[in-house]
Amino acid sequence: MSATKEYNQKALGLRGNDAVAYAVKQANVDVIAAYPITPQTLMVEELSRFVASGELKAKYINTESEHSAMSGCIGASLAGARTFTATASQGLAYMHEALYAASGLRCPIVMAVACRALSAPINIHGDHSDVFGSRDAGWMQVFCENPQEAYDMTLLGFKLAEREDVLTPIMVNFDGFITSHCLERVEVLPDEMVNEYLPPRNAKLKLDVDKPMTFGAFALQDYYFEFKRQQHEAMEHAYRLMPEMWSEYAKLSGRNYANVRTYRLTNADVVIVSAGSTSGTARYAVDELRQQKIRAGALGIRLFRPWPGPEVLKALKNVKAVAVLDRATSLGAPGTTLYEDVATTLYALPKQPTLTNYVYGLGGRDIRTRDIVKAVRETLKLASDKKKVSPIKFLGVRE
Amino acid sequence: MSSKKQSWKEVTIAGVITTPRSSLEYKTGVWRSQTPVIDYAKCTKCLICWIYCPEPTIVRITGNPEKAVEIDQNYCKGCGICAQVCPVKAIEMRQG
Repeated sequence: MSATKEYNQKALGLRGNDAVAYAVKQANVDVIAAYPITPQTLMVEELSRFVASGELKAKYINTESEHSAMSGCIGASLAGARTFTATASQGLAYMHEALYAASGLRCPIVMAVACRALSAPINIHGDHSDVFGSRDAGWMQVFCENPQEAYDMTLLGFKLAEREDVLTPIMVNFDGFITSHCLERVEVLPDEMVNEYLPPRNAKLKLDVDKPMTFGAFALQDYYFEFKRQQHEAMEHAYRLMPEMWSEYAKLSGRNYANVRTYRLTNADVVIVSAGSTSGTARYAVDELRQQKIRAGALGIRLFRPWPGPEVLKALKNVKAVAVLDRATSLGAPGTTLYEDVATTLYALPKQPTLTNYVYGLGGRDIRTRDIVKAVRETLKLASDKKKVSPIKFLGVRE
Repeated sequence: MSSKKQSWKEVTIAGVITTPRSSLEYKTGVWRSQTPVIDYAKCTKCLICWIYCPEPTIVRITGNPEKAVEIDQNYCKGCGICAQVCPVKAIEMRQG
């Protein structure tokens, strides 16, 4: 690969959906099994077009439900196929039990999720309730801020998930509508570069009539636990591999990613933690706060599972206050999903910063810079009042 | 299946069984709480038990004038169907 590789990249105008579909096409997937109707997005529509036109030589299976889509992906993946599906919202909820089978059977499926709210009330817009509901299903999860990241994380997702020392499925999350339907400039790698990065999958253990094996056998009290422990190790191993994964991708694309995206953390007193497209808004809020002489910084969570604890700790260990913004709620819980992970991480510190928990943007409601500025000011006020935590607060709801 | 249980580092990934027919190593007979015993004096060699055994662990014996069947105790789960269907009550279910 030449040093000028970034100049070989085409810049296209793509929505998040198109960006993922383009990456999946370039990854030369073997099987796509998906439910084609709402809450599906244009990702699989675009892919079905690639398959129909012969641009992508894959088996495209229209299933009657998301439960069947995931089941089809599991079968294909066990047969050694590079496998992709996409869903969101109720569709992801409907897949729920099969998600555990996919991770337990160690199927390296890549699934793009255009994160959306869950019914009721019926809503089709962006929030993180669906993917956070799948948090413990044993899948890796990455959050993308924009269509470019959705493209890059999809390619990297295949590379990571299919490693024989990982073999764990991955969800590539990006905000429904905000990112999935938003057209932006996306730089795409040349096909031959992707071919080199992602050669055809070569599964060591697979369903093969010439070499019969049993997948999905029973494991009771005497063995089930050992397989779950094994999955835990795969997640931890994936975490250890991430620096290598990011640097390999950076060499290829010229785009430098890390488990988290930090912004103006040097000398920061207060940090905003968020995931998805809001991380971009948080950076605008940081700039505005800095102009108002408030030393703010932002921490965007890119890798959600495995959780990048050391990076989060490093970013937050010297600050006075942290505001965690969650685009999903957890009814009756002491804190929401991202907040709880941040709180758990900060517990390792001898002296923890003030930590606030904001729920925002449910059902796709816009979050604005001024909302984040308000949250940061409240958080700093709490810190100056020597308070450590606050109950869950709601940002942007009508009181 | 070895008697010493494997650690999570030793088991195959996701419990994949790479050798076909390995289920034969799993002796399901240990599940049994009742054991069928054939009274060959009463047995008429009708083979109804052989037809009905769901496992099937009733094995046909050839070339032995004394008996037509035997029970493979390695896999008999002791369900008692053979004893129920025997028309001459030649099979008795014993505890253990």
